[in-house]
Amino acid sequence: MVELVACTADLGLRGSLKMAEYQNIFTRVQVHGAPDPGAPIDESLFKRGGATLNYWFGKIGDAQLGPFYLGWLGLASLLFGFIAFEIIGINMLASVGWDPIEFVRQLPWLALEPPKAEHGLGIPPLNEGGWWLLAGFFLTLSILLWWVRMYRRARALGMGTHVAWAFASAIWLYLVLGFIRPIAIGSWSEAVPFGIFPHLDWTAAFSIRYGNLFYNPFHMLSIAFLYGSTLLFAMHGATILATDRYGAHREIEQIVDRGTASERGALFWRWTMGFNASMESIHRWAWWFAVLTTLTGGIGILLTGTVVDNWYVWGIEHGLAPAYDTSWAPVADPAGGQ
Amino acid sequence: MDLLRTTVIRAAALGTVLFGVTACGERPPVDSEQIGFRGTAMVTVTNPRIEQASLEVPAVQAAASQAGPRAGDIYQNVEVLGDLSIGEFTRTMLAITEWVAPEQGCNYCHYPENLADDGKYTKIVSRRMFQMTQHINQNWTDHVGGVGVTCYTCHRGNNVPENIWFAQNPEGYKPKGYAGNTYGQNMASEQAVYTSLPGDAMSAFLMGGYDDIRVVNTSPSAAYETGTIKDTEWTYSLMMHMSDSLGVNCTFCHNSRGFASWAESPPQRVTAWYGIRMVSGLNTEYLDPLQPVYPDNRLGPHGDAPKAYCSTCHAGQNKPLGGANMINDYLPAMAGRDYD
Repeated sequence: MVELVACTADLGLRGSLKMAEYQNIFTRVQVHGAPDPGAPIDESLFKRGGATLNYWFGKIGDAQLGPFYLGWLGLASLLFGFIAFEIIGINMLASVGWDPIEFVRQLPWLALEPPKAEHGLGIPPLNEGGWWLLAGFFLTLSILLWWVRMYRRARALGMGTHVAWAFASAIWLYLVLGFIRPIAIGSWSEAVPFGIFPHLDWTAAFSIRYGNLFYNPFHMLSIAFLYGSTLLFAMHGATILATDRYGAHREIEQIVDRGTASERGALFWRWTMGFNASMESIHRWAWWFAVLTTLTGGIGILLTGTVVDNWYVWGIEHGLAPAYDTSWAPVADPAGGQ
Repeated sequence: MDLLRTTVIRAAALGTVLFGVTACGERPPVDSEQIGFRGTAMVTVTNPRIEQASLEVPAVQAAASQAGPRAGDIYQNVEVLGDLSIGEFTRTMLAITEWVAPEQGCNYCHYPENLADDGKYTKIVSRRMFQMTQHINQNWTDHVGGVGVTCYTCHRGNNVPENIWFAQNPEGYKPKGYAGNTYGQNMASEQAVYTSLPGDAMSAFLMGGYDDIRVVNTSPSAAYETGTIKDTEWTYSLMMHMSDSLGVNCTFCHNSRGFASWAESPPQRVTAWYGIRMVSGLNTEYLDPLQPVYPDNRLGPHGDAPKAYCSTCHAGQNKPLGGANMINDYLPAMAGRDYD
């Protein structure tokens, strides 16, 4: 075990250090230095708090914990999120007769359900969907305030607002599922329950009710971007790890002062697929794939039940779903329907 | 150090695999058979270990003479089987004893000093069950085919069939209190096959409500008049029960690319369609009306009579008892004289 004392910024300049030793998870050497206060900011906006070092955080990332910035947006977001969490949790506890053991046993099955269809967009009694509306209201408020916080903190540091807009794409899907689409259809009952298994069973029932979501082109796009995201993440993560032995984890320095690591990574992809993303563009690829996953997904959900009621029939009519021979003699509906 | 780390990783991987296998409750490998066009996921999945477990039909009673005087002319109070010969009548009684009350014997339904006495509730129920069995074999060949059913199809040596259901919330799902409304779902139960779907799809669909099963709009344009997503969850729960009861996956009856489409469905879906109507009729006309006859210990938690669903006969097999012919050896009693 070797103890090194150096600032992370200094470390990057010392070519004599053994780079292979400086890794997360498998770290045998962990760098301890004075906590890094970060980039200079306008202290009138925000008085920076203290920071500590934690060995176990150092195993999976930066060992430094803090400084935190909560602010009134963060505080309000956490408070409203906690209210939503409590409404959901207490309803779950009530549904098992306030029995804490049953609560733990049944937890994956428990849920807070939206109102029934007969309530439409009206305000139902508390125990017939009213709690669901309240939980949704507070959760949405919490999420939106957290979004503003993401935006404002990025601005305060002089950063772009890419994180906030990526988050906004996820919020779009969340709002389509629980707010925009139910309003378009005219019934809160179309929204998703709050629960672990229940929201999954809801998803399956949603697809079956609307004639198989797999024939929804925007669902196809969303899946393509989702799987594409994992592919891009695997390629990028693997490239950086594979060139880590040449110091690729110090990517920032290499953009200014090109080293052998990213050059090798770039050549590797030109060798294997003839083209390579740049150090900048790979992150643009990843950002867009991730953002488009929920953006297209939200469009697909919004069209379901509003514009198209049966994606399978829609797919047949538009030449999307091919007709296959069956290996059995076709049967007719005994009730005389289609 | 490396050896230790490798050992720990291997143990964790093995543990994960074992947990996954045991959590499924069905030891792999399963057999799969392609039944539709390639690449369309039309595959039936069966686990041979489960099918072998319940393949047994008791030996047939020795044949009896169909000639001679009729049971109704000789014995008193024979309402359903009066047209049987004495020999066939006695043989039927021996068979039903083996099928339904092998431990208690004749006295489970009869007073030994007076076999004609209707004093025991079991005799009243079994008379109605004879009528029900004949009704199934005469009128529901669309579901039971020529194989038919006998008492044994459901009872299998038990006084009460193993797979029966009771209403879970006959008063409906109007919430009590100010929080915790489950709408009859979101609770682990065998009836919902451990999904979070509604637990009492039987009351909804197998007591005359089968017209509400269809939830999908089969036209492509939006017409918000068919089922809601919540309705779909009720239907889904019934389908989970059918899948579980028959030991089959969805594609046994449906083409999963378009669940509602009959044009793409395998022919078993028609058999199942008749089965749903059959069991609903049995519940409303035969089983539920017996409620006043039963003693309290035979009734459900809400006081309703025991009722039938798919697993009552199927018990995990898509053909009950492996598709063995049940009625050929007991035609007069089980199918009634009208059977041809």
